[in-house]
Amino acid sequence: MNTSTTYLGIQLKNPLVASASVLSKQVSNIKKLEDAGIGAVVLYSLFEEQITQESLALNYFLERGSESNPEAITYFPELPSYNLGPEKYLDHIQKAKEAVDIPIIASLNGVSLNNWIRYAKLIEEAGADALELNIYYLPTSLYVDAESLETMYFELVKTVADSIDIPLAVKLNPFITSLPNFAKELNERGAKGLVFFNRFYQPDLDIEKMEVVPTLDLSTSKDLRLPLRWTAILFSRINADIALSGGVHSGVDMVKAIMAGAAVAMTASELVHEGIQRASSMLQEFLTWMQTHDYETVEQIRGSMSQKNISEPAAFERANYMKALQLFDKDFRY
Amino acid sequence: MKRQYRMMDGNEAVAYVAYRLNEVIAIYPITPSSPMGEHADAWSAASIPNIWGTVPTVMEMQSEGGASGAVHGALTSGSLTTTFTASQGLLLMIPNMYKIAGELTSAVFHVSARSLAAQALSIFGDHGDIAAVRSTGFALLASRSVQEAHDMAVISQAATLESRIPFVHFFDGFRTSHEIDKVELLNEEDLRVMIDDKLVLAHRERGLSPDRPSIRGTSQNPDVYFQARETVNPFYTKCPEITQSAMDKFATITGRQYHLFDYAGDPNATHVIVMMTSGAETAEETVKYLQAKGEKVGVVTVRLYRPFSTSHLMAALPATTESIAVLDRVKDPGADGEPLYKDVATAIQEGLALGIAPFKKVPVVVGGRYGLSSKEFTPGMVKGVFDELKKAAPKNHFTVGINDDVSSSSLEYDAHFSIAADDVVRCVFFGLGSDGTVGANKNSTKIIGEGTENYAQGYFVYDSKKSGAVTVSHLRFGPRPIHAPYLVGMGDANFLACHQFSFLEKYDMLKYVKPGGVFLLNSIYGKDETWKNLPFEVQKTIIDKKLKFYVIDAYEVAKATGMGVRINTIMQTCFFAISGILPKDEAIAAIKKYIKKTYGKRGEAVVNQNYNAVDSSIENLFEVKVPETADSTIHMKSPVSDEAPDFVKNVLAKMISQEGDSLPVSAMPIDGTFPSGTTQWEKRNIAMEIPVWDPTLCIQCGKCAFNCPHAAIRIKVYDGELLKDAPETFKSVDAKFKEFPGTKFTVQVAPEDCVGCGVCVEYCPAKDKTNASHKAINMQPQQPLREKERENFAFFLELPNPDRTAFEQNSVKNSQLLQPLFEFSGACAGCGETPYIKLMSQLFGDRAIIANATGCSSIYGGNLPTTPYTFNKEGRGPAWSNSLFEDNAEFGLGMRLTLDKQHEFAEELLKKLSGKVGEKLAGEILSADQSDEAGINAQRERIAALKTKLGSEKDVDAVQLLSVADVLVKKSVWILGGDGWAYDIGYGGLDHVLASGRNVNILVLDTGLYSNTGGQSSKATPRAAVAKFAANGKDLPRKDLGLIAMTYGFIYVAQVAMGYSDLQTLRALREADAYEGPSLVIAYSHCINHGYDLRNGMNQQKLAVNSGVWPIYRYNPDLKAQGENPLKLDYKEPSIPVKDFAYNETRFKMLVQSNEERAEELMKHAQHDATERWKYYSQLAAMDYSEPSAE
Repeated sequence: MNTSTTYLGIQLKNPLVASASVLSKQVSNIKKLEDAGIGAVVLYSLFEEQITQESLALNYFLERGSESNPEAITYFPELPSYNLGPEKYLDHIQKAKEAVDIPIIASLNGVSLNNWIRYAKLIEEAGADALELNIYYLPTSLYVDAESLETMYFELVKTVADSIDIPLAVKLNPFITSLPNFAKELNERGAKGLVFFNRFYQPDLDIEKMEVVPTLDLSTSKDLRLPLRWTAILFSRINADIALSGGVHSGVDMVKAIMAGAAVAMTASELVHEGIQRASSMLQEFLTWMQTHDYETVEQIRGSMSQKNISEPAAFERANYMKALQLFDKDFRY
Repeated sequence: MKRQYRMMDGNEAVAYVAYRLNEVIAIYPITPSSPMGEHADAWSAASIPNIWGTVPTVMEMQSEGGASGAVHGALTSGSLTTTFTASQGLLLMIPNMYKIAGELTSAVFHVSARSLAAQALSIFGDHGDIAAVRSTGFALLASRSVQEAHDMAVISQAATLESRIPFVHFFDGFRTSHEIDKVELLNEEDLRVMIDDKLVLAHRERGLSPDRPSIRGTSQNPDVYFQARETVNPFYTKCPEITQSAMDKFATITGRQYHLFDYAGDPNATHVIVMMTSGAETAEETVKYLQAKGEKVGVVTVRLYRPFSTSHLMAALPATTESIAVLDRVKDPGADGEPLYKDVATAIQEGLALGIAPFKKVPVVVGGRYGLSSKEFTPGMVKGVFDELKKAAPKNHFTVGINDDVSSSSLEYDAHFSIAADDVVRCVFFGLGSDGTVGANKNSTKIIGEGTENYAQGYFVYDSKKSGAVTVSHLRFGPRPIHAPYLVGMGDANFLACHQFSFLEKYDMLKYVKPGGVFLLNSIYGKDETWKNLPFEVQKTIIDKKLKFYVIDAYEVAKATGMGVRINTIMQTCFFAISGILPKDEAIAAIKKYIKKTYGKRGEAVVNQNYNAVDSSIENLFEVKVPETADSTIHMKSPVSDEAPDFVKNVLAKMISQEGDSLPVSAMPIDGTFPSGTTQWEKRNIAMEIPVWDPTLCIQCGKCAFNCPHAAIRIKVYDGELLKDAPETFKSVDAKFKEFPGTKFTVQVAPEDCVGCGVCVEYCPAKDKTNASHKAINMQPQQPLREKERENFAFFLELPNPDRTAFEQNSVKNSQLLQPLFEFSGACAGCGETPYIKLMSQLFGDRAIIANATGCSSIYGGNLPTTPYTFNKEGRGPAWSNSLFEDNAEFGLGMRLTLDKQHEFAEELLKKLSGKVGEKLAGEILSADQSDEAGINAQRERIAALKTKLGSEKDVDAVQLLSVADVLVKKSVWILGGDGWAYDIGYGGLDHVLASGRNVNILVLDTGLYSNTGGQSSKATPRAAVAKFAANGKDLPRKDLGLIAMTYGFIYVAQVAMGYSDLQTLRALREADAYEGPSLVIAYSHCINHGYDLRNGMNQQKLAVNSGVWPIYRYNPDLKAQGENPLKLDYKEPSIPVKDFAYNETRFKMLVQSNEERAEELMKHAQHDATERWKYYSQLAAMDYSEPSAE
C-alpha cells in the first residue's frame, strides 16, 4: 500500500500535514510530529504586524518616563539584544530542518509589500521547503471594493512568487465572492497550492460587562464541511494543489478530504487537544480504511468524490442547500 | 592600541574602569551613584570580562552597610573588590571603612559626592559625605571632570594596590556623575600597564585562607591598641608619593599629567583659590581669562585630599601669594571653619614652621562655602572671590552663590560675568519630561562629540515631579575640550528651544539667549498664528534681542508619524537644521545614523518611525517674520493665585518659576519645617484630557474617587438648597446614600490638578446601555473645560463635607465622602501607591502622624516646592516627616513612644488634677471609648472642655497637662515606605518594631523594586521579572514578608490589592488602625517601572491576584480569642496562569524578547511559586482554632 502523495511538488510520505499552530513553536514538538508519522509540518506564522507592534511597544515602554527625573533617568536595564526581527523565526526554520527529515513549510503573514518580499526571501534562505502565505486582511472600510482587494491579493502573490524559488501556497479565507475565479487567478500568478481555509479569530461579547472578548475555539469535524465543498468543487479544475485545513480530526476526515480532492489534509486542533501522538492513530485509521476498502494508493482516493467525479454535481451547489433545509424541517419538533 | 573617543557621563566613565579592574562588586542603589552599579550589573549580565579575562561578580546587597560588609569580606579573602555609593550610603559604610583601612586593605570606593540629609534631604552634589569619612583612614582622591574621573579611577586603583591604603575616589554628584563629555577612553592595554600584577597577587596573597591560616579582627586592650594603631603611619607617609608616581606613570601613557596639588594661573599670583572637584575647573578657566587680562591670580586644585601632603601643597603655591581663599563645598556647623580651609590653614602654619613654605610674606587665608546641593558655581562667583581677596581684610567664613541676609556671610558677585568663548556654541532646551528632549540632546552631543572632531558637553536639569516634569538641557559644542562645569549663563545661549508652548507663560527662558540668537518653538498655532499667541514679555524680548524665530508644530508631526508625544527626534532635526552646527545634509545623515545606533536593537519598526519623523520635520519648520512691536494682550502668569498664603506667594512661587536661586537665606524656614497643604496652589495644568461626569449614568459607587491616584476626582453629598449659588455648569443629581436622604450628589474633577491618567474612567463600572464606549465618566480635552470646571471645583470645595460621625465608613462609596488629606502629589500619572495613601488620609488623616521612608513616597510626599499632605477645615491633617531610608520603622516607633509616654503622663496628671477638672469630665476622658468616629469626636470635645477649665491655671501640673492633653484624643501612627525599605534596607528595624508589640501601622507600598531610583531589584521583585541589578531576570521568588510577620502570632497582617478588591483594602486599613498592636499592610502598587499603560493598573492588579502571584488576605490575631482562624484568605485558587498576568508587562516580557529560553524556565518556576503558595496559604487558613488559647 502506498500512502505517499505530492504537495507543492514535494513528495510526502503520507497526506497528513500539521497545519500552522502553536505546536510548531518548539523544535522538540516538530520532532515528535515526525515521529508520530506526520507527512510535513507548516510552521506557525511569522507575523510582520506582531513584530512591528512588539518592537514599537517595547520601545515605548523602555522610553516612557525616562530622562525626566534626576533619580530615575531610566526605568529598565539596557539588555544586550532583543529578538524582535524575523531572525528568531529564521533560526527556528534552520533548527527544524536540522532536526527532522520531513518537509518544513514556513508560514508568513505580512503587512507591507517590501517586507512580504524580504521575509519570503529570508525564509527561503533559511532552508524552508515551501512557503505558505497567510493573507489575513479584514476590510472594514466602506470604500474598499472587492475588485481592488482582490487585485491587491493578486499583485502580492505574484510579487512574492516571482521573488523566490521554493514553491508557494496561499491560505485563503472562505469569504471571497467568487472563490473559483479567485483561486484560478492566484494559481496563474504563481501559487502552486491553495489552503482551504484560514480560521479567523472571531470576537465574542460579554453581555454583562459589555466588553468584547477575544476567542479562538478549536475546530470540530463539523468544520470540515465548508472546505470539503470547495475542495470538491475546485479539484482538477485548477492547477494548484489543494490542502484542506479545518475540521480534520480523524482518519475518516482525512479520507473525506482526499476524496474531495485535497492533496493533503491539514490538522492542528485535534493534535492540540489530544496530543501530538494522535497523529499516529489518525494515520492508522486512515490506513485501516484504505485496507478495508482495498485502496492501494492515495492517488486512487484523491478526487473520487469531487464535484467532477460524482453522479450528482449539484449536490455541492444550491440544490444541496434545499435538501438540507428539508431534512432540518423533517427533524424539527414543533 | 588606538584610543577611542566616546561621549559618556561621569558615572559610566568611572564604572568602565572600576568594572575592568575588579573581581567582586557589591552594590546598592543610591542617587546619583546608582548608574555605576547598573552599568556593572549590565556588563556582568552580558558576560563582559575584566582585564584578567574573567567576568566580575556583581552582588546587590540590602543596604550600603551590607555592601560595605560584603566588600570587606571579599577583600579580606583576597578579591579585588569595589563598590559605588554616595551620601548616606557612604555614611552607612563608615564602620567597615575603619576596618578596611585599619587592616591596610587595597580597595577603591567610587563616590559621586552628594549632600547629606540635614534640614532636608537633597540628592544633589556637595562634599558632606566626603567630609564625614575623612577620619576613616581612607585616602581621598578627587576628580574635577568626566575625563578626570575616568583617569583617577585607574590611578586610585594603582595607588591603593601599591600603598595598601584604601581609596575613596570622589567626584561631584550630578555635575560630574551626570554630565556628558567627550572622553578619551582608556583601553585595556593602558589599564594593564597601570596595574601591576605583582601587586594584585600580593593583595590576593594577603587574603585569608585556611591553607595558610591566620586571624584578623582581634580584640585589643589598653596595653597595645594604641601602639597597633600607630603601625600604619609609614604607609600613610608613603601614600602621597605613591599616588604621585601613579599619576606620573599615567602621564607617560596618556600625556595627561596630574599632581596631588595642581597649580594653574600666573606664576607670580598674589591671590589664590584652593579648592577641589568640578568647581576647581571653573576656577581654573576663570583664572585663565583673568590672567589674560593681566590679573595676578591662580588656583590650586586639590586632588589627593587624604593623606594631606603639606609639602606638596607648599610646593604648589606661588611664593608671591598674598591672600588665599579656600573654598569648601560643605558646611560644618559650629566649626571654626570648613574642613579643607582648616587643612590648608594648618598646612601653611606647619609649612612655615618647617621652613618649606614658599611665601615671601605670610599670606592671609580665608575660607568660604559654595555650591552646596549642586548650587551653581560660576566664573562670576570665582571673580567675586578674587575681588574679595584683593581687599585689605577679606571676609572669612564667607558664602558665595547665595544671598545670606541673615548672617551677612555672602560675597557680592556679578551674576552676568561671562568667560564664554566665541567659538563655543551654547544651547538651552526647555522640554517636558515625557517628550524625550533630554534623550535627543544626549544623542546630539554624541553626533557632534563622536561623529566629528569637535567636543561637546551636555548637562541636564530636572525638576522633582514624576509627572509633567520640566527638563532644561544645557549643551555646549566647540573645537577644544570644554571645561565649563556650570550651566549656560544668562544671555550666553546662541540657541534656545522651547519644546512646550505652555512654558512660555511660566518661565522666563528667553533670559538665556544672547542678542541675535536663534529661538525655536514647538507651537500648536503654526507659523501665522503663533506670534499673536505669545505672551507680551516673550514678544518684546524676541524683538529687543533681534532673535531669529522658528516654529514647528512638532506634536502634529509626531502624531502623523506615529511618534505619539515623543517629539525628540523632530525637535532634534529642527535644531540641527537651523543652528548651523553641521551642514544640514550631514546633520540629517548623522541623526539617522544615531537613530539606528540608539534604537536598532529594538527593531526596525522603531528605526523607521524615527526616520519618518526626521524626514517630516524639515518641511514643517518655518521661520516667523518678527513684527516691530509687541502687542500681545497675553502676559506671563504668576504660578500661584492671589488667594494663596504669603509664604506660598513669596517663597514657593519663586521655586515653581525656577527662580528659587534668588531666594535669600531669610526666606527659608530655620529648621526644615514647612506649612502643609501647598500643592493646592500649584495649578500645573498638565492633563491633555480630564474626566467629565455624566450624572445620568452614574451609580454613585465612588470607585472613581477611590481609585484616583491624585485626589483629583471627588464625590460629595450635600443639601440641595446650596445649589442656588452653584455655577451654571455645576452638575448634581439626587443622592443615593441611605444615610443622607433627600440630598444631592456630585462627582467633581479638579481640572487643573488632574494629570489625565484615565484610571477613573477605566475603573468606572457604569456604561451607557446603548453605547458601551460611553461611561458615567469620560475623558475630554482639558483646555475648553478648564475655566468652567475651575469654577465648579471651587464651588464644590466650598460645599460642606458631610459630618464624619453621620455615616459608617465601611463601604467604598462612603469612604469617599471623607475629605482626602493627601492631594495633587507629583507622583507619576496613574501611580499605584498614592491611592492607598489617599485612602489612609481620608480615614485617619485628621489624627495621623506619619513616618515616611525615603523613596518615591517621600519624594512625592515631601519634595519642594509644594507638598500634598493637607488639612481639613478644622485645621487637622497628617503630620509628616521623613528621617532616612533605613530607619523609618524605628523613626515611626519613636513617634509612638512619644504618644504613649505623653498619654501616660497626661493620664497621670489628669488623675492628679481631677479635682480641678471635675471628677465627671476627668473620668469620661480617662474611660473614653474612641473606637469609632463619634467616640473620637466626643473625646475632642472633652479635651476642649478640659483646656477651657485649665486655661487660666498657673499650677505646674495644669500647665504640663495642657501641653500634652491633645494626645488623649486617639492618634494613629503610620509608617510608610516602599519595598526597598521594608524588605531590604529597613527590614531589621521593621522586624524589631513589629516585634515591639507597640501600636503602629506599617503600610508597605510594594512595587516590587526600588521605584524611586529607577527600578532596581529588591527582595520583593517577583521571580522572572527583569529589573536593574537583575538584568537577566530575577531568578528567585519574592520574599514573603507577610508570612514572616504572621509567624509572630500577635501582628495584624494584611496583603491587599485595591484593583482586585477595594473593599478588602478598606477593611484592612480600618482593621489595622483598630488593632491595638503592630499592624503590617502590604499593598500591591503598580508602577511605571512595570512597563505598561498605568491606566490599566487596577486591571493588572486583578490578574496578579487571579494568577496567585499576589495573594490577598487578612490575619487578625484578635480572631483567635473568638476561636476563629486569624487568617482569612480574600482570594480564590488561582484561576489563570501566571504568564497571563506577567506578559502584559514589559518587565517580564522583555526577558522573553531577549532570552526566551531563560524566560520560559523562570516562568515555569514562577508558576510553581503561585501554585505552591496557594496550597500553603489555604492549609494555613483551614487550621482549626476552635480551642481558644489561654491568651
